[in-house]
Amino acid sequence: MATVVRKSFEEQLQELQDDLLRMGRFVEGAVAKAMRALINQDVNLANEVIQEDDIADDLDVEIFTKAMKLLALQQPMARDLRIIGTALKIVTDLERIGDHAVDIAKLARILSKHKFFKPLVDIPRLADLALSMVHNSIQAYINRDIELAIQVCREDDKVDDLYESLFDELVGYMERDPSLVEQATYLLFVAYFLERVADHATNMAEFVFFAETGRLEQLARSHRSRPEPTP
Amino acid sequence: MSELIVKPTIERGSDRAIFGEAGAVKIRVVDLNLYYGDFHALKGINLDIYANRITAVIGPSGCGKSTFLRCLNRMNDLIDNVRVEGQVLLDGVNIYDSSVDVVALRRRVGMVFQKPNPFPKSIFDNVAYGPRIHGIRDKRKLQEIVERALKDAGLWDEVKDRLYRSALDLSGGQQQRLCIARVLAVEPEVILLDEPASALDPTATLRLEDLLYELKSQYTIVIVTHNMQQAARISDFTAFFLNGELIEFGPTDKIFTRPDDPRTEAYITGRFG
Repeated sequence: MATVVRKSFEEQLQELQDDLLRMGRFVEGAVAKAMRALINQDVNLANEVIQEDDIADDLDVEIFTKAMKLLALQQPMARDLRIIGTALKIVTDLERIGDHAVDIAKLARILSKHKFFKPLVDIPRLADLALSMVHNSIQAYINRDIELAIQVCREDDKVDDLYESLFDELVGYMERDPSLVEQATYLLFVAYFLERVADHATNMAEFVFFAETGRLEQLARSHRSRPEPTP
Repeated sequence: MSELIVKPTIERGSDRAIFGEAGAVKIRVVDLNLYYGDFHALKGINLDIYANRITAVIGPSGCGKSTFLRCLNRMNDLIDNVRVEGQVLLDGVNIYDSSVDVVALRRRVGMVFQKPNPFPKSIFDNVAYGPRIHGIRDKRKLQEIVERALKDAGLWDEVKDRLYRSALDLSGGQQQRLCIARVLAVEPEVILLDEPASALDPTATLRLEDLLYELKSQYTIVIVTHNMQQAARISDFTAFFLNGELIEFGPTDKIFTRPDDPRTEAYITGRFG
């Protein structure tokens, strides 16, 4: 059979994936920056994260529009269809991760006013775990790497465990010393947003698995015994 | 009833918001009307065809799309009882002007038909036919032209070892690419294609679409197709015809994602009736 390349389609599909990579790296960087702002109590850096959120929102619209155009004009089938459907799902997760970077940056501004009652240890660890999940889920999408996608989902269990122990620890501080309630609550929110970032990374990884296998499965443990604050 | 004729809703060429970097206009169609005897087949068509872009013409059977295409190189002149009014400006010159040399026009504006129609000659002679007609006799020169045309048509690798065998031995898809090579051999500026893939299987169709995508950097391409998906896949601009009228014309992604006219929407979503 003669080789058909559908060059125009391939180019547009590649462009879509490049855009997703770009957006993924951007929101990953935004969360990392928000965390630096928090840890260093750097208000300027926090403001930067908040101001730059428009970039993620613009990319969201751009990717959505391109994906819709590909669906309308190229009649994608099989893996091509799954890749584009996955892009539509992933772009929403990425946009939410960007929003959480802003959430954390806003908390960083508030938390910059007073010295931390204890050095931050577990929250930066939680951030590292969540960020590596975001990084790897995007990498898995680009490299069509199912193993990496599954690994991301497994990492989510570690994040959940760490979040739960942080929750217990912070509630314990509040019980012992009511003067810490305000700061501990804000830190709890930071932990919660990081846990949400990891959940979005897990969603993305599950859709990478779908794009490659055609099977949509819950790959993470997905249950938490601790309540989730609703901001 | 003439007030019922719907004018295209676009600002021709000037609307940069819609047309973006459309580039230069290669063919400008102005108030084109065509009659087969008493039958008014094309009604007041105004349309710009952009250089180095693929323009697709879609619409149901009998809407005038092939008639319109044939106006662009005066192929309708060959049909009895046809009357054409209005202008078709190729690089600003009206091709219906009495001073225009129709043979030279058809060299500049080549055409590929629905069914592959190679001559019952060798592959080489099919492609060399046009250049010979236009006076090229030098054998080496002809060989160069044939090779380049076959390469540009994406057929060279498949036929280079059997150039002197009959063109009729080729598959349908190969024959259609041979017909494109035959057009390319006379170095046209515009290529008109009238449902070029309708006799081809899906693989040969996609192959032909790849070829058109490659060719558009050098040529202006107008394709009539009853396959809407094909228009969506390959074209930059789409014109929707209905009952001899141009209902809507615009960038293909706009036509297929947010058409302005409800009739366009009904047609492309398969709800026409």
